[in-house]
Amino acid sequence: MKTDSRFKTLIKSTNDVNFTLFGEIVTVPKGTTLAAAILSNFGEASRITETGALRTAFCMMGVCFDCLVEVDGNPNIQSCMVLVHDQMVVKRQIGLRSIGISKDD
Amino acid sequence: MTDFDIIIIGAGPAGMSAALTAANGGLDVLLLDEQPHAGGQIYRNVKQNHSKQSWFGKSYSSGINLVDALNHIKITKCFGATVWRVEANKRVLWSQNGESKVSTAVHIVLANGAQERPFPFPGWTLPGVMTIGSAQILMKSSGIFPKDSVLVGSGPLLYLVATQMIEANCPPKALLETQTLRMMINSLIHLPKALLNMKSLIMGFMFIYKIKSAGVPRYKSVSRLEAQSSVNGSIKFLFSHKGIRKSLTTKLLLIHQGVIPSTEISRSVGVDHSWNTSQLAFQPIIDKWGKTNIDGLYIAGDCGGINGSEAAVLYGKIVATKILYETGKINFNLYKKQSFSISFSLFFTNSIRLFLDTLFAVPQETLSPSDETIVCRCEEKTVGEIKLGLNEGITGVRQLKASIRSGMGQCQGRMCDAIVRGIMLNNISQNDINILAPKARSPIKPITLGELSKMKLD
Repeated sequence: MKTDSRFKTLIKSTNDVNFTLFGEIVTVPKGTTLAAAILSNFGEASRITETGALRTAFCMMGVCFDCLVEVDGNPNIQSCMVLVHDQMVVKRQIGLRSIGISKDD
Repeated sequence: MTDFDIIIIGAGPAGMSAALTAANGGLDVLLLDEQPHAGGQIYRNVKQNHSKQSWFGKSYSSGINLVDALNHIKITKCFGATVWRVEANKRVLWSQNGESKVSTAVHIVLANGAQERPFPFPGWTLPGVMTIGSAQILMKSSGIFPKDSVLVGSGPLLYLVATQMIEANCPPKALLETQTLRMMINSLIHLPKALLNMKSLIMGFMFIYKIKSAGVPRYKSVSRLEAQSSVNGSIKFLFSHKGIRKSLTTKLLLIHQGVIPSTEISRSVGVDHSWNTSQLAFQPIIDKWGKTNIDGLYIAGDCGGINGSEAAVLYGKIVATKILYETGKINFNLYKKQSFSISFSLFFTNSIRLFLDTLFAVPQETLSPSDETIVCRCEEKTVGEIKLGLNEGITGVRQLKASIRSGMGQCQGRMCDAIVRGIMLNNISQNDINILAPKARSPIKPITLGELSKMKLD
């Protein structure tokens, strides 16, 4: 079940980026970090740990690694450290990344 | 021949002021920062927010001056640049856009700042629990504000962010403070000295006055904190207040328990560290010029010990002034004169520190949380599991890591090191504790093999 965002967007922008986030097309201002885009659109978990616990971004500054998601086929991406871009495809990270070759390797 | 005279890591207040002082003195500077823009966390997106409505106050907007001044012919700036290895021979390995690079210099200044102190209690890993610092980052960088949040913890940032939220018409539902009457009494002895930094004291009182006028309820001396998930993703937060168990339900629980220096880089390069007994954190051992035990490696700002952004600007200046003198760019008289005036300002700025450290002391339950509390967020290890290990005779962090796996996850111990330290202090005899700072090894941020393979070595 979808949980509403826990945040209210106060600054609107006209310069927008469209991309696919957890299977939905979302629109956020250019220059937004991916973690901020997730938090402003979803209230639920963006990552599920190995034991099945739900997690969202926690520190927003690259320290905690709780905001890991899969971006364009590459797992273990800190969503608070990357900016959104058009046509990005973002999926939840479920469990640990699997062993294998990711797209950019 | 090196690529630059100085490489500065971190473009917050300390890094920016060091870069400007060095560049104005004629040195070639490489300034690296992991974030997309200059400013650090304190002045995050200050440039991007400049023309927009600001809820963040004058102190924040003043950061624009430093950011603008970085457009200097002698400063090469790289953002989105993750430093993953610093070597004592002044070689820095860093990664940008999926490619690793090597840069060399005569001097290195570490100005990589601080992180929020991990604030563990049962349920602190649930969706809907974030740090107060993270909420402020979202407010500054994305213009998104917490809905009906509850703020828990202690420290000046709690009041600052609450004030900014009130200004933006998104006031918190309540402030729950772990500060006790005893902490307030203990701090009084440091108040006379703190009066020398009257400006910060007045600012603090202004925040509290604004929070009071906005009618935000404040609960003092809260303890036995616990977060539970509730309906529709809400958080039910339980706490004890005046001997009664109470609860509040909120969409967003924002937590904060002060800040601690980020020491991964300094520890990995071999800088000596010591335990700061009033701030309860490891910090590098430096002299008043920011010099470390490694020749040519300097430390400026909060990563050398928490003193705040105003002091960080001054530390950046003093480090760069020392380097300018050592490279012959300024003469002895100018060096003496400038460093005296910076030290003089630092004395007044830092006079408030012991007062703040005592007033916002870390509560015992944060240092040694209840057994079911998760300590290592990455590997999902609890206090109980750590204690079990300690009972079996473990005396050091490395043993704990190897046998329990706490600190073996993605964050490389950034979130659990400080908690593990507290649990050890409380659960094994002082004589048995291996009190050395935990070892940090490169890559100090995870990188992919792909990034590594694209590195160009001369």
